[in-house]
Amino acid sequence: MSAFTALLVRELKLATRASGDVLTLILFFVMVGTITPFAIGPDKVLLARLAPGIIWIAAFLASLLAMDRLFRADHEDGSLLAMRHAALSMEAITLAKLIAHWLTTAVPLIIATPLMAVMLNMDMTIFWRTIVSLALGTPALTAFGAVGAAVTVSLRRGGLIAPVLIMPLSIPILIFGVSAINANAGPGAEMAAMLFLGGISLVATAFVPFAAALALKLTQE
Amino acid sequence: MSLDTAKPMNWFDRLAHPGQFLIWSRRLIWPLAIITVLLFALGLWYAFFNSPEDYQMGDTVRIMYIHVPNAWLSQFCYVLMAMSAIGTLVWRHPMADVSMKAAAPLGAAFTAMALYTGALWGRPTWGTYWEWDGRMTSTLILLLMYLGLIALWRAFDDQLRAAKLIAVLTLVGAINIPVIKFSVDWWNTLHQPASVFRAGGPSMPPSIYIPLFVMTFAFTFLFLTLHLVSMRSEVLRRRVRTLERKQASGAAK
Repeated sequence: MSAFTALLVRELKLATRASGDVLTLILFFVMVGTITPFAIGPDKVLLARLAPGIIWIAAFLASLLAMDRLFRADHEDGSLLAMRHAALSMEAITLAKLIAHWLTTAVPLIIATPLMAVMLNMDMTIFWRTIVSLALGTPALTAFGAVGAAVTVSLRRGGLIAPVLIMPLSIPILIFGVSAINANAGPGAEMAAMLFLGGISLVATAFVPFAAALALKLTQE
Repeated sequence: MSLDTAKPMNWFDRLAHPGQFLIWSRRLIWPLAIITVLLFALGLWYAFFNSPEDYQMGDTVRIMYIHVPNAWLSQFCYVLMAMSAIGTLVWRHPMADVSMKAAAPLGAAFTAMALYTGALWGRPTWGTYWEWDGRMTSTLILLLMYLGLIALWRAFDDQLRAAKLIAVLTLVGAINIPVIKFSVDWWNTLHQPASVFRAGGPSMPPSIYIPLFVMTFAFTFLFLTLHLVSMRSEVLRRRVRTLERKQASGAAK
């Protein structure tokens, strides 16, 4: 087993075994969907129209909430410092943690989306598009979140400030995510938005490990 | 005569050394301030008394002379911050940190002014203070990024470490700015008919673009003056802090 896979397996085990974080996150995601009808009224037509936006906002908030634990625990108990002496570069370590984080925070949300679809009265085509746009867009959300988490890892109040830093950066993801679902954006518009979303995710995943690793190294100096 | 083994300082090192900076910048502040005042006097005279009314907008076109320079500075300031961030990360220069820190509140103020004057201009001409239009939305996002960076500066106790981390985030944000601009244009088809930044081109008569140029220079000099002053006060603040620390550690012994 290579060092990269070993780290990936470690992260996955920690996330799934050590705590109920994954379930709590799903609960949070679904609860945002449950609360919205109370706030805007149980009008089924209106809910169906707003559903893609509501789901994206719920996923956005859930990923911001989960972001803080990406590096913090490892920074506080010194694992991150120990990992700097590993055979892997810090960039590869960050990439492994990113992948594990995406698998344990974004994928559960995508799996929980059918529940939201029922509550928000979505129709079938919109539902599938939402799934695809979430799958394409969440890697970028995780990646931008990782920059915020890495920059604020040494701050005790980092949990509050990181979302404030990351939200403006993540707005394009939200814009393309919702317009990839929106049916009346014009012919071919959803497809273009999907491609853009995938493009942002690829670029973010390619560059963010370097930025986040640089921030982690600077923190440990 | 002893042998001097230290590398001789080149002109940039001399300029950028904090102590030297305090000396030469002190001499620059007054000339810069005077140029700013003169440019403002000339620009405002042009803007209020020596430029025509717009045939559609009437007198409200004069808001442009405040609005456009602020919008230009809101972006110029981020570019300056991003360049300082490169200086922080590559050369680890303390003055780059100071420049980055001093630019953030100024950028936020100019962006807020651009949004505010835009809203005042939008009300009589478009009939609304706010529209989720591409340019406005991207400027609003820029303001949020400035405010986030200011919040981050305040969250760190150790300003040297803060500078490096904030530099990373500033550069990530700089990559994201074209994406933001492009995506919001794409997202909303509603767009203001005439792009304001083409105003300097031949699409306008000289009676309008001369005051606009003068005002843009006036605001740019205002920015340079304020930036220099706040860089100076940041250097002095750091010195005071170091002295306080020295005294506190001396008292402890």
